[in-house]
Amino acid sequence: MAKITFIQPDGTSQTVTADPGLTVMEAAKLNAIAGVEAECGGACACATCHVYIDEAWRAKTGKPATMEEDMLDFAFDVQDTSRLACQIKVTADLDGLVVRVPAKQF
Amino acid sequence: MPQDLPPPTDVAIETDALIIGAGPCGLFAVFELGLLDIKAHVVDILGKSGGQCAELYPEKPIYDIPALPIVTGQELTDRLLQQIKPFNPTFHLGERIDGLKRQSDGRFAVATDAGKTFLAKVVVIAAGGGSFTPKRPPLEGIEAFEGTSVHYAVRRMEAFKDKHILIVGGGDSALDWTLNLQPLAKSLTLLHRRDDFRGAPHSVEQMRQLVASGKMRLMIGQVGGLHGTGAELEAVTVKTKDGDERIACNAMLPFFGLTMKLGPIADWGLNLEENLIPVDTERFETSTPGIFAIGDINTYPGKLKLILSGFHEAALMSQAAQKIVYPGKKVLFQYTTSSSSLQKKLGVK
Repeated sequence: MAKITFIQPDGTSQTVTADPGLTVMEAAKLNAIAGVEAECGGACACATCHVYIDEAWRAKTGKPATMEEDMLDFAFDVQDTSRLACQIKVTADLDGLVVRVPAKQF
Repeated sequence: MPQDLPPPTDVAIETDALIIGAGPCGLFAVFELGLLDIKAHVVDILGKSGGQCAELYPEKPIYDIPALPIVTGQELTDRLLQQIKPFNPTFHLGERIDGLKRQSDGRFAVATDAGKTFLAKVVVIAAGGGSFTPKRPPLEGIEAFEGTSVHYAVRRMEAFKDKHILIVGGGDSALDWTLNLQPLAKSLTLLHRRDDFRGAPHSVEQMRQLVASGKMRLMIGQVGGLHGTGAELEAVTVKTKDGDERIACNAMLPFFGLTMKLGPIADWGLNLEENLIPVDTERFETSTPGIFAIGDINTYPGKLKLILSGFHEAALMSQAAQKIVYPGKKVLFQYTTSSSSLQKKLGVK
């Protein structure tokens, strides 16, 4: 089990537990986290599960692969910390992960 | 139901069934309807068949199609097209269904945005997540500029002559229109969030040459805000690593891919539940008799958004459609393995 905290643009946060093997997107959907839409269902084909990784966790979540980087072109207000939640696998290493949900998915 | 149908074309296209959506469920509906002698026309907003399978994940393997342990989205589409070939459906690709009106003879008059009109005895909505439409950047006030200064497609290149054009994006659409519109433009800026492009390398190379010879500008950054009066865009704030820059611009073309929207179907007077169409599980019929909904777009207790569920729904829907298309006809349930009449229809006998 890993704890993941989702922080909304208004500062409110929700901490959920996720089984290793799930993706961060799936953990968000299972817990009805607002602002993570995942229109394509996790195929890395829509960019509507865009999140910002907390600075402290960037090394552990790693860099986006080429396909994810391409898909991030379709997200809004992309930052250096941007990732697609469907491309981050939950591991025990990520216990405590903090991500921010963007103001808008599109 | 909307009354503002486009003017009818000279001759309406008469058909037994009109299928909206050429994804796997729409394609398989052609097969199931065809076995029951119901002819179909198929309309899809995309320029190709396959729906999400072809547009979103053509190369991705699907593992839960019965008897196909592994098949890609594109292969599944190709196999379905092969399977429905004996029924010779007519495809209308790159067209969006707009208005629908029931006529006094019970048939549905359905118009497309290309000005076609269909007269159909039954309508099958197999539209998946809805029609693919260009993504609108969530910029404040962008709606006001759409159609005059902000465009998601180029219909007439001439309209961009002598404009200060800003193209946003890093794929083939952004690059192709950069190369095509640059000679016409007063000035052209291509804006992309990173100095790395998804588009064809040859196009990237050509674009870089234009930049090197001072014929256009490439900016790395993102759109921060739009400025203008009424429907006329005058400038755009671009956020770059070095800070904000305001550039003059009276034509903007954002290319951020496609999203799915229910679209005009939402105005047909059907009952809807959160953009899905509730149906019964015997006929898969909507709240309007004669209009059916199958696949991802429908909902009912226990609904699973699986392609295989859509195939099942297509089969049952076809039985119900047959009662409308051939009222009073005695129906004999038959198997393709043994029925010589079904085999004749399939062209194998």
